[in-house]
Amino acid sequence: MPSGQLYKVRIHAVYSDAMSIGHTLLGLLESGPRHGYDLKRAFDERFGHDRPLHYGQVYSTMSRLLKNGLVVVDGIEPGGGPERKRYAITDAGITDVAQWLATPEKPEPYLQSTLYTKVVLALLTGRAAAELLDTQRAEHLRLMRELTRRKRDGDLADQLICDHALFHLEADLRWLELTAARLDALAAEVRR
Amino acid sequence: MTLLQARGLTKAYGPTPALSGADFALRAGEVVAVMGPSGSGKSTLLHCLAGIVRPDAGTLTYDGRDLTALSDTARSALRRTDFGFVFQFGQLVPELTCAENVALPLRLNGEKRKAAEARAVEWLARLEVDGTAGKRPGEISGGQGQRVAVARALVTAPRVIFADEPTGALDSLNGERVMRLLTEASRDTGAAVVLVTHEARVAAWSDREVVVRDGAVRDPERIA
Repeated sequence: MPSGQLYKVRIHAVYSDAMSIGHTLLGLLESGPRHGYDLKRAFDERFGHDRPLHYGQVYSTMSRLLKNGLVVVDGIEPGGGPERKRYAITDAGITDVAQWLATPEKPEPYLQSTLYTKVVLALLTGRAAAELLDTQRAEHLRLMRELTRRKRDGDLADQLICDHALFHLEADLRWLELTAARLDALAAEVRR
Repeated sequence: MTLLQARGLTKAYGPTPALSGADFALRAGEVVAVMGPSGSGKSTLLHCLAGIVRPDAGTLTYDGRDLTALSDTARSALRRTDFGFVFQFGQLVPELTCAENVALPLRLNGEKRKAAEARAVEWLARLEVDGTAGKRPGEISGGQGQRVAVARALVTAPRVIFADEPTGALDSLNGERVMRLLTEASRDTGAAVVLVTHEARVAAWSDREVVVRDGAVRDPERIA
Protein backbone atom coordinates (compact mmCIF):
# COMPACT_ATOMS: atom_id res chain seq x y z
CA MET A 1 0.00 0.00 0.00
CA PRO A 2 1.45 3.46 -0.92
CA SER A 3 2.57 5.42 2.13
CA GLY A 4 0.05 8.25 1.52
CA GLN A 5 -2.83 5.76 1.46
CA LEU A 6 -1.47 3.97 4.52
CA TYR A 7 -1.37 7.29 6.37
CA LYS A 8 -5.01 7.99 5.51
CA VAL A 9 -6.07 4.52 6.63
CA ARG A 10 -4.15 4.96 9.87
CA ILE A 11 -5.74 8.35 10.61
CA HIS A 12 -9.16 6.99 9.76
CA ALA A 13 -8.66 3.97 12.02
CA VAL A 14 -7.49 6.15 14.89
CA TYR A 15 -10.41 8.54 14.47
CA SER A 16 -12.94 5.72 14.26
CA ASP A 17 -11.55 4.10 17.40
CA ALA A 18 -11.09 7.30 19.31
CA MET A 19 -14.41 8.98 18.58
CA SER A 20 -17.02 6.96 20.43
CA ILE A 21 -20.24 7.78 18.58
CA GLY A 22 -22.32 5.73 21.00
CA HIS A 23 -21.14 7.64 24.04
CA THR A 24 -21.54 10.96 22.28
CA LEU A 25 -25.14 10.17 21.28
CA LEU A 26 -25.86 8.98 24.82
CA GLY A 27 -24.43 12.23 26.20
CA LEU A 28 -26.66 14.23 23.88
CA LEU A 29 -29.67 12.29 25.16
CA GLU A 30 -28.97 13.39 28.73
CA SER A 31 -30.69 16.73 28.10
CA GLY A 32 -33.95 14.92 27.12
CA PRO A 33 -35.45 12.31 24.75
CA ARG A 34 -34.84 12.82 21.02
CA HIS A 35 -35.66 11.21 17.68
CA GLY A 36 -32.89 9.65 15.63
CA TYR A 37 -32.84 12.44 13.05
CA ASP A 38 -32.76 15.02 15.85
CA LEU A 39 -29.76 13.24 17.38
CA LYS A 40 -27.93 13.23 14.03
CA ARG A 41 -28.56 16.96 13.61
CA ALA A 42 -27.31 17.73 17.15
CA PHE A 43 -24.23 15.55 16.62
CA ASP A 44 -23.36 17.12 13.24
CA GLU A 45 -23.87 20.63 14.59
CA ARG A 46 -21.51 20.17 17.54
CA PHE A 47 -19.06 17.48 16.53
CA GLY A 48 -19.64 16.54 12.88
CA HIS A 49 -18.03 19.54 11.15
CA ASP A 50 -16.26 17.78 8.28
CA ARG A 51 -17.45 14.25 9.13
CA PRO A 52 -21.26 14.29 9.45
CA LEU A 53 -22.92 11.08 10.63
CA HIS A 54 -24.79 8.85 8.20
CA TYR A 55 -28.36 8.03 9.17
CA GLY A 56 -27.40 4.36 9.05
CA GLN A 57 -24.72 4.94 11.68
CA VAL A 58 -27.23 6.63 13.97
CA TYR A 59 -29.78 3.84 13.72
CA SER A 60 -27.30 1.00 14.05
CA THR A 61 -25.75 2.72 17.08
CA MET A 62 -29.18 3.31 18.67
CA SER A 63 -30.11 -0.37 18.10
CA ARG A 64 -26.94 -1.41 19.90
CA LEU A 65 -27.59 1.00 22.79
CA LEU A 66 -31.18 -0.24 23.00
CA LYS A 67 -30.04 -3.88 23.08
CA ASN A 68 -27.55 -3.05 25.85
CA GLY A 69 -30.19 -1.31 27.95
CA LEU A 70 -28.51 2.09 27.75
CA VAL A 71 -31.54 3.70 26.05
CA VAL A 72 -35.26 2.91 25.86
CA VAL A 73 -37.86 3.81 23.27
CA ASP A 74 -39.76 6.67 24.85
CA GLY A 75 -42.44 6.96 22.17
CA ILE A 76 -43.24 6.30 18.52
CA GLU A 77 -44.69 8.95 16.23
CA PRO A 78 -47.95 7.88 14.49
CA GLY A 79 -47.37 6.13 11.19
CA GLY A 80 -43.70 5.91 12.00
CA GLY A 81 -41.11 3.46 10.80
CA PRO A 82 -37.94 2.91 12.81
CA GLU A 83 -36.81 6.47 12.07
CA ARG A 84 -39.76 7.89 14.04
CA LYS A 85 -38.75 6.34 17.37
CA ARG A 86 -37.98 8.68 20.21
CA TYR A 87 -35.14 7.52 22.49
CA ALA A 88 -34.50 8.27 26.16
CA ILE A 89 -31.35 7.52 28.12
CA THR A 90 -31.59 5.01 31.03
CA ASP A 91 -29.80 5.19 34.40
CA ALA A 92 -27.34 2.61 33.05
CA GLY A 93 -26.77 4.91 30.06
CA ILE A 94 -26.02 7.89 32.31
CA THR A 95 -23.55 5.76 34.30
CA ASP A 96 -21.93 4.64 31.05
CA VAL A 97 -21.42 8.24 29.88
CA ALA A 98 -20.03 9.21 33.30
CA GLN A 99 -17.55 6.31 33.15
CA TRP A 100 -16.45 7.20 29.64
CA LEU A 101 -15.90 10.84 30.58
CA ALA A 102 -13.94 9.89 33.71
CA THR A 103 -11.64 7.42 31.92
CA PRO A 104 -8.53 8.99 30.41
CA GLU A 105 -7.88 8.23 26.75
CA LYS A 106 -4.76 6.35 25.77
CA PRO A 107 -2.39 9.16 24.79
CA GLU A 108 -1.90 9.03 21.02
CA PRO A 109 -1.89 11.37 18.05
CA TYR A 110 -5.14 12.81 16.68
CA LEU A 111 -6.73 12.67 20.11
CA GLN A 112 -8.03 16.23 20.14
CA SER A 113 -11.29 15.34 18.44
CA THR A 114 -12.26 12.95 21.27
CA LEU A 115 -10.97 15.22 24.02
CA TYR A 116 -12.83 18.20 22.58
CA THR A 117 -16.02 16.13 22.49
CA LYS A 118 -15.53 15.01 26.10
CA VAL A 119 -14.90 18.55 27.35
CA VAL A 120 -17.97 19.96 25.55
CA LEU A 121 -20.16 17.10 26.77
CA ALA A 122 -18.91 17.53 30.33
CA LEU A 123 -19.83 21.23 30.17
CA LEU A 124 -23.20 20.47 28.55
CA THR A 125 -24.08 17.96 31.26
CA GLY A 126 -22.80 20.00 34.20
CA ARG A 127 -19.84 17.73 34.98
CA ALA A 128 -16.37 18.82 36.09
CA ALA A 129 -14.52 19.51 32.83
CA ALA A 130 -11.42 20.76 34.69
CA GLU A 131 -11.06 17.40 36.45
CA LEU A 132 -11.43 15.58 33.15
CA LEU A 133 -8.53 17.65 31.77
CA ASP A 134 -6.44 17.04 34.91
CA THR A 135 -7.03 13.29 34.68
CA GLN A 136 -5.96 13.33 31.04
CA ARG A 137 -2.89 15.42 31.85
CA ALA A 138 -1.85 12.86 34.48
CA GLU A 139 -2.26 10.04 31.94
CA HIS A 140 -0.15 11.90 29.38
CA LEU A 141 2.57 12.54 31.95
CA ARG A 142 2.51 8.90 33.01
CA LEU A 143 3.30 7.87 29.44
CA MET A 144 5.92 10.64 29.12
CA ARG A 145 7.65 9.26 32.23
CA GLU A 146 7.65 5.78 30.74
CA LEU A 147 9.18 7.11 27.50
CA THR A 148 11.76 9.16 29.44
CA ARG A 149 12.83 6.03 31.34
CA ARG A 150 13.07 4.08 28.10
CA LYS A 151 15.10 6.88 26.57
CA ARG A 152 17.44 7.06 29.57
CA ASP A 153 18.18 3.35 29.42
CA GLY A 154 18.13 2.96 25.65
CA ASP A 155 20.45 3.48 22.68
CA LEU A 156 20.39 6.44 20.30
CA ALA A 157 17.61 4.91 18.15
CA ASP A 158 15.46 4.53 21.27
CA GLN A 159 16.22 8.11 22.23
CA LEU A 160 15.18 9.47 18.83
CA ILE A 161 11.97 7.44 18.67
CA CYS A 162 11.04 8.40 22.22
CA ASP A 163 11.88 12.07 21.56
CA HIS A 164 9.42 12.09 18.66
CA ALA A 165 6.64 10.69 20.82
CA LEU A 166 7.55 13.00 23.72
CA PHE A 167 7.30 16.13 21.58
CA HIS A 168 3.86 15.06 20.31
CA LEU A 169 2.65 14.34 23.83
CA GLU A 170 4.01 17.68 24.98
CA ALA A 171 2.00 19.39 22.23
CA ASP A 172 -1.12 17.59 23.48
CA LEU A 173 -0.39 18.72 27.01
CA ARG A 174 -0.03 22.32 25.91
CA TRP A 175 -3.42 22.02 24.25
CA LEU A 176 -4.87 20.58 27.49
CA GLU A 177 -3.36 23.46 29.47
CA LEU A 178 -4.70 26.10 27.09
CA THR A 179 -8.14 24.46 27.05
CA ALA A 180 -8.14 24.45 30.87
CA ALA A 181 -7.37 28.19 30.78
CA ARG A 182 -10.24 28.72 28.32
CA LEU A 183 -12.85 26.57 30.10
CA ASP A 184 -14.92 29.50 31.35
CA ALA A 185 -15.15 30.97 27.85
CA LEU A 186 -15.98 27.56 26.37
CA ALA A 187 -18.65 26.96 29.03
CA ALA A 188 -20.29 30.30 28.17
CA GLU A 189 -20.18 29.39 24.45
CA VAL A 190 -21.68 25.94 25.00
CA ARG A 191 -24.54 27.24 27.16
CA ARG A 192 -25.46 29.96 24.68
CA MET B 1 8.89 8.33 54.97
CA THR B 2 7.51 11.86 54.64
CA LEU B 3 10.42 14.27 54.87
CA LEU B 4 8.75 17.59 54.20
CA GLN B 5 5.08 18.35 54.76
CA ALA B 6 3.05 21.51 54.26
CA ARG B 7 -0.59 21.97 55.24
CA GLY B 8 -2.83 24.92 54.44
CA LEU B 9 0.00 27.28 53.45
CA THR B 10 -1.13 30.81 52.63
CA LYS B 11 1.02 33.68 51.45
CA ALA B 12 0.10 37.08 50.03
CA TYR B 13 2.31 39.83 48.66
CA GLY B 14 0.40 42.94 49.69
CA PRO B 15 -3.16 42.54 48.43
CA THR B 16 -2.15 39.81 45.96
CA PRO B 17 -2.64 36.22 47.18
CA ALA B 18 0.10 33.85 45.99
CA LEU B 19 -0.82 30.74 47.99
CA SER B 20 -4.28 30.00 49.31
CA GLY B 21 -4.23 26.85 51.43
CA ALA B 22 -1.57 24.75 49.70
CA ASP B 23 -0.91 21.18 50.88
CA PHE B 24 2.23 19.33 49.86
CA ALA B 25 4.16 16.23 50.96
CA LEU B 26 7.61 15.07 49.90
CA ARG B 27 8.91 11.58 50.65
CA ALA B 28 12.63 10.99 51.19
CA GLY B 29 14.47 10.39 47.93
CA GLU B 30 11.60 11.11 45.50
CA VAL B 31 11.57 13.60 42.65
CA VAL B 32 8.36 15.65 42.53
CA ALA B 33 7.55 18.09 39.74
CA VAL B 34 5.52 21.17 40.68
CA MET B 35 3.68 22.33 37.56
CA GLY B 36 1.18 25.05 36.77
CA PRO B 37 0.65 28.14 34.66
CA SER B 38 2.69 31.32 35.12
CA GLY B 39 1.65 33.21 38.23
CA SER B 40 -0.10 30.18 39.77
CA GLY B 41 2.09 30.27 42.90
CA LYS B 42 4.54 27.44 42.19
CA SER B 43 7.71 29.48 42.88
CA THR B 44 6.16 30.91 46.07
CA LEU B 45 5.37 27.35 47.15
CA LEU B 46 9.00 26.35 46.55
CA HIS B 47 10.30 29.39 48.46
CA CYS B 48 8.02 28.60 51.42
CA LEU B 49 8.97 24.89 51.42
CA ALA B 50 12.66 25.82 51.37
CA GLY B 51 12.31 28.26 54.25
CA ILE B 52 13.33 31.23 52.10
CA VAL B 53 9.93 32.90 52.53
CA ARG B 54 7.87 32.63 55.72
CA PRO B 55 4.21 31.71 54.98
CA ASP B 56 1.44 33.90 56.46
CA ALA B 57 -0.39 30.84 57.81
CA GLY B 58 -0.29 27.04 57.72
CA THR B 59 2.09 24.42 59.03
CA LEU B 60 5.40 23.30 57.58
CA THR B 61 7.40 20.43 59.01
CA TYR B 62 10.77 19.11 57.89
CA ASP B 63 12.04 15.84 59.36
CA GLY B 64 9.63 16.29 62.27
CA ARG B 65 10.66 19.89 62.99
CA ASP B 66 8.29 22.87 62.69
CA LEU B 67 10.03 25.10 60.12
CA THR B 68 7.79 28.10 60.78
CA ALA B 69 8.86 28.14 64.44
CA LEU B 70 12.60 28.34 63.62
CA SER B 71 14.45 31.66 63.86
CA ASP B 72 15.86 33.21 60.68
CA THR B 73 19.36 32.13 61.75
CA ALA B 74 18.27 28.55 62.37
CA ARG B 75 16.48 28.40 59.00
CA SER B 76 19.57 29.76 57.24
CA ALA B 77 21.69 27.09 58.91
CA LEU B 78 19.23 24.39 57.84
CA ARG B 79 19.30 25.65 54.26
CA ARG B 80 23.12 25.41 54.24
CA THR B 81 23.30 21.89 55.67
CA ASP B 82 20.18 20.08 54.43
CA PHE B 83 18.99 21.87 51.30
CA GLY B 84 20.52 22.52 47.88
CA PHE B 85 19.28 25.04 45.31
CA VAL B 86 19.32 25.29 41.52
CA PHE B 87 17.78 28.34 39.85
CA GLN B 88 16.92 29.16 36.24
CA PHE B 89 20.02 31.28 35.62
CA GLY B 90 22.60 29.40 37.70
CA GLN B 91 23.30 32.40 39.91
CA LEU B 92 26.98 31.61 40.14
CA VAL B 93 29.28 34.24 41.69
CA PRO B 94 30.95 35.84 38.65
CA GLU B 95 34.21 36.73 40.45
CA LEU B 96 34.91 33.16 41.58
CA THR B 97 36.08 30.22 39.45
CA CYS B 98 33.65 27.36 38.91
CA ALA B 99 35.52 25.19 41.42
CA GLU B 100 35.37 28.02 43.98
CA ASN B 101 31.63 28.45 43.27
CA VAL B 102 30.96 24.77 43.91
CA ALA B 103 33.15 24.82 47.02
CA LEU B 104 31.36 27.88 48.42
CA PRO B 105 28.60 26.07 50.42
CA LEU B 106 31.29 23.85 52.01
CA ARG B 107 33.41 26.90 52.89
CA LEU B 108 30.33 28.57 54.46
CA ASN B 109 29.92 25.44 56.56
CA GLY B 110 33.49 25.87 57.82
CA GLU B 111 35.36 23.38 55.64
CA LYS B 112 39.03 24.15 54.78
CA ARG B 113 39.66 25.60 51.30
CA LYS B 114 41.79 22.73 49.93
CA ALA B 115 39.42 19.96 51.01
CA ALA B 116 36.39 21.93 49.84
CA GLU B 117 37.86 22.58 46.40
CA ALA B 118 38.97 18.97 46.02
CA ARG B 119 35.38 17.84 46.61
CA ALA B 120 34.14 20.55 44.26
CA VAL B 121 36.38 19.23 41.46
CA GLU B 122 35.03 15.71 42.04
CA TRP B 123 31.48 16.99 41.65
CA LEU B 124 32.36 18.98 38.53
CA ALA B 125 33.72 15.77 36.99
CA ARG B 126 30.57 13.89 37.95
CA LEU B 127 28.47 16.57 36.25
CA GLU B 128 30.70 16.24 33.14
CA VAL B 129 32.11 19.79 33.42
CA ASP B 130 35.55 19.10 34.91
CA GLY B 131 37.11 21.37 32.28
CA THR B 132 35.44 24.41 33.85
CA ALA B 133 37.14 24.16 37.28
CA GLY B 134 39.57 27.06 36.71
CA LYS B 135 37.22 29.18 34.57
CA ARG B 136 34.89 31.95 35.69
CA PRO B 137 31.11 31.72 34.92
CA GLY B 138 31.42 34.34 32.17
CA GLU B 139 33.81 32.07 30.26
CA ILE B 140 31.51 29.01 30.02
CA SER B 141 28.23 28.24 28.19
CA GLY B 142 24.77 28.42 29.75
CA GLY B 143 24.45 24.62 29.74
CA GLN B 144 27.81 24.20 31.47
CA GLY B 145 26.85 26.91 33.98
CA GLN B 146 23.69 25.02 34.94
CA ARG B 147 25.69 21.83 35.47
CA VAL B 148 28.12 23.77 37.69
CA ALA B 149 25.06 25.05 39.61
CA VAL B 150 23.80 21.46 40.03
CA ALA B 151 27.26 20.44 41.33
CA ARG B 152 27.10 23.30 43.84
CA ALA B 153 23.63 22.17 44.97
CA LEU B 154 24.81 18.58 45.50
CA VAL B 155 28.25 19.15 47.04
CA THR B 156 26.97 19.36 50.64
CA ALA B 157 25.06 16.03 50.24
CA PRO B 158 21.70 17.73 50.92
CA ARG B 159 18.56 15.74 51.72
CA VAL B 160 16.38 18.00 49.54
CA ILE B 161 17.22 19.86 46.33
CA PHE B 162 14.97 22.71 45.29
CA ALA B 163 15.17 23.38 41.56
CA ASP B 164 13.25 26.34 40.12
CA GLU B 165 12.97 26.05 36.31
CA PRO B 166 16.52 24.61 36.13
CA THR B 167 16.35 24.15 32.35
CA GLY B 168 14.28 27.24 31.56
CA ALA B 169 17.16 29.05 29.86
CA LEU B 170 18.56 26.04 28.00
CA ASP B 171 17.91 24.41 24.62
CA SER B 172 16.32 20.92 24.51
CA LEU B 173 19.57 18.95 24.41
CA ASN B 174 21.30 20.87 27.22
CA GLY B 175 18.11 20.86 29.27
CA GLU B 176 17.88 17.09 28.93
CA ARG B 177 21.53 16.66 29.95
CA VAL B 178 20.97 18.76 33.08
CA MET B 179 17.86 16.75 34.00
CA ARG B 180 19.58 13.40 33.42
CA LEU B 181 22.57 14.39 35.57
CA LEU B 182 20.43 16.01 38.28
CA THR B 183 18.10 13.02 38.64
CA GLU B 184 20.93 10.45 38.43
CA ALA B 185 22.98 12.27 41.06
CA SER B 186 20.01 12.78 43.38
CA ARG B 187 19.07 9.08 43.10
CA ASP B 188 22.65 8.02 43.81
CA THR B 189 22.87 10.24 46.89
CA GLY B 190 19.28 9.66 48.05
CA ALA B 191 18.37 13.34 47.87
CA ALA B 192 14.73 14.28 47.22
CA VAL B 193 14.05 16.90 44.56
CA VAL B 194 11.31 19.52 44.35
CA LEU B 195 11.34 20.53 40.70
CA VAL B 196 9.36 23.60 39.64
CA THR B 197 8.76 23.58 35.90
CA HIS B 198 6.13 24.47 33.34
CA GLU B 199 7.64 22.08 30.78
CA ALA B 200 6.10 18.61 30.54
CA ARG B 201 9.28 17.06 29.09
CA VAL B 202 11.20 18.26 32.16
CA ALA B 203 8.47 17.06 34.53
CA ALA B 204 8.68 13.64 32.87
CA TRP B 205 12.01 13.10 34.68
CA SER B 206 10.15 13.18 38.02
CA ASP B 207 8.47 10.32 39.92
CA ARG B 208 5.17 12.21 40.19
CA GLU B 209 3.75 15.66 39.68
CA VAL B 210 1.48 18.09 41.48
CA VAL B 211 -0.29 20.99 39.80
CA VAL B 212 -0.59 24.45 41.35
CA ARG B 213 -3.59 26.50 40.26
CA ASP B 214 -4.65 29.79 41.81
CA GLY B 215 -2.41 29.18 44.81
CA ALA B 216 -3.81 25.72 45.63
CA VAL B 217 -2.15 22.36 44.94
CA ARG B 218 -3.92 19.65 42.98
CA ASP B 219 -2.41 16.22 43.26
CA PRO B 220 -3.43 14.01 40.28
CA GLU B 221 -2.68 10.89 42.39
CA ARG B 222 -5.49 11.98 44.68
CA ILE B 223 -7.77 13.02 41.81
CA ALA B 224 -7.39 9.61 40.17
